[in-house]
Amino acid sequence: MLRLLNLELQKLLLNRTSKILIFISFILPFTVLILLSIKINFFGFFTLELGELGIFNFPIIWHITTFFASYFKFFFAIVVVSMIGNEYSNKTIKQNLIDGLSKKEFILSKFYTIVFFSLLATILIAVASFFIGLYYSSYTEVNIIFREVDFLLAYFVKLVGFFSLCLYFGMLMRRSAFALAFLFVLYILEWITFGLIAWKSDTDLAEKIQNFFPLKSMYKLIDQPFQRVMMTKFPDKADLAYDYAVHWYEIIIVLGWTALFIFLSYRLLKKRDL
Amino acid sequence: MDTILTINNLTKKFGYLTAVKDLSFTINKGNVYGILGPNGSGKSTTLGIVLNVVNKTSGDFHWFDGNTTTHDALKKVGAIIERPNFYPYMSAYQNLKLVCKIKGVDYSKIDEKLEIVGLLERKDSKFQTYSLGMKQRLAIASALLNDPEILILDEPTNGLDPQGIHQIRSLIKQIASQGTTILLASHLLDEVEKVCSHVVVLRKGEKLYSGRVDEMISSHGYLELKAENTDNLIQFLEAKKMFGKIKVEDELITAFLDEPMDAKDVNKLMFENGIVLTHLVKRKESLEEQFLQLTDNN
Repeated sequence: MLRLLNLELQKLLLNRTSKILIFISFILPFTVLILLSIKINFFGFFTLELGELGIFNFPIIWHITTFFASYFKFFFAIVVVSMIGNEYSNKTIKQNLIDGLSKKEFILSKFYTIVFFSLLATILIAVASFFIGLYYSSYTEVNIIFREVDFLLAYFVKLVGFFSLCLYFGMLMRRSAFALAFLFVLYILEWITFGLIAWKSDTDLAEKIQNFFPLKSMYKLIDQPFQRVMMTKFPDKADLAYDYAVHWYEIIIVLGWTALFIFLSYRLLKKRDL
Repeated sequence: MDTILTINNLTKKFGYLTAVKDLSFTINKGNVYGILGPNGSGKSTTLGIVLNVVNKTSGDFHWFDGNTTTHDALKKVGAIIERPNFYPYMSAYQNLKLVCKIKGVDYSKIDEKLEIVGLLERKDSKFQTYSLGMKQRLAIASALLNDPEILILDEPTNGLDPQGIHQIRSLIKQIASQGTTILLASHLLDEVEKVCSHVVVLRKGEKLYSGRVDEMISSHGYLELKAENTDNLIQFLEAKKMFGKIKVEDELITAFLDEPMDAKDVNKLMFENGIVLTHLVKRKESLEEQFLQLTDNN
């Protein structure tokens, strides 16, 4: 396993474009987070301190940071798609197989890399949130700090799932640009299907079905935190209440998609003549 | 003799097109094999199948004694197919390091093999800065990294300038002289003739011949003759049954031998029969002529 990971890391880290993209996808959310957490004085007119809003309190901070950090996954998604696209355009995929890498090992080396970087991203976010939380949070009891760390698990599963989808589209289209376009098409398709079901029956059913779709199920893992922030500000408004927790079945759905995408990528490579 | 590769009734169809049709042959250790055939005759497809990048339609093949999986066998094989394929942004050394990781070979081999192909000084230059000849030599170095039992080369001199072609050919001969089995696919007849001891001739995916290069056609060669009196010579040749077909082009007469015969004996025979030759050359058909003869007959 280490051999396969090592193999892929060499391919990625020696390539300047992917090195920059990896750097951006890890350092940028980190920087944004730290910038937000410091007190910003706008030329003496007013001071913006997000910490005052209570969003850096435990346990809500886990929810907030993982939700916003997951938007930066698109940078690494480009890396994933291009690591397949490059193998095809340089024909190195063929040479790798001739040199003695099996098709299974080829897919696994990509998958391990995805898991490796997702894990790294999760650890970075966990550490950053932990320290910012310690600094700002009004509550620092251990059981409150670690009450909602399951958002971290959700974040990790979300990244692995999304990158596996990118891997499959990369294998399917063989060209980075087409794969990214296809991702967008899938997004639109999911909403069209949602619209059709909502039109033919009702919105509740449509939403239930949509929660099983690949992109929506990944998004659903970490619900938007805005409403929750409002809830903490106005605790008496009952109509704001919603279910934001991470549920085991949401994780299962995404893990199911992940397994399916990796399997489909392998089957595609196995059946294809290079 | 140790078998390296056995192919039995291998068939590959791309839709309605049959690229390889019921192909069988065996490759033994220590020989230099050529796969010869015009473009589109199924050479690369056959190599692709045994190298696990193209899926076969039917038939089977096995490496070595048949107890090794293709995946393990490929670690004992060195192969380059069509174009040299490397990561353009990596240096020669880094590219070979990657191959070492795949094959499970020690990094110390890299410098050794780069030395053989004469690229040691350029080992830290990026692959994209290499000329085609250098790329091709790097590919050979890469294929040699694991000290393979068999080296498979698909059109290694394609697109090279004469100097590059010469470099690659002498490299192949050098490798062959050290006892490595070589399988060379080419559409260039003289390449196969110069380098190979055995040949498999393909046409439209079908095997026309497989065996030693010099036994491809059981022929005793032919004579090119000129004499003062051409008519006498022709009459004489037609009368004797050791001469087969006779061709006349201007003054030059070509007579094909039906029995083995030396140039010396021919000269003596002619002189004894009162014919004085002004020109006498005994030739063997080149592989090209044999190849054309072979493909014409079918």
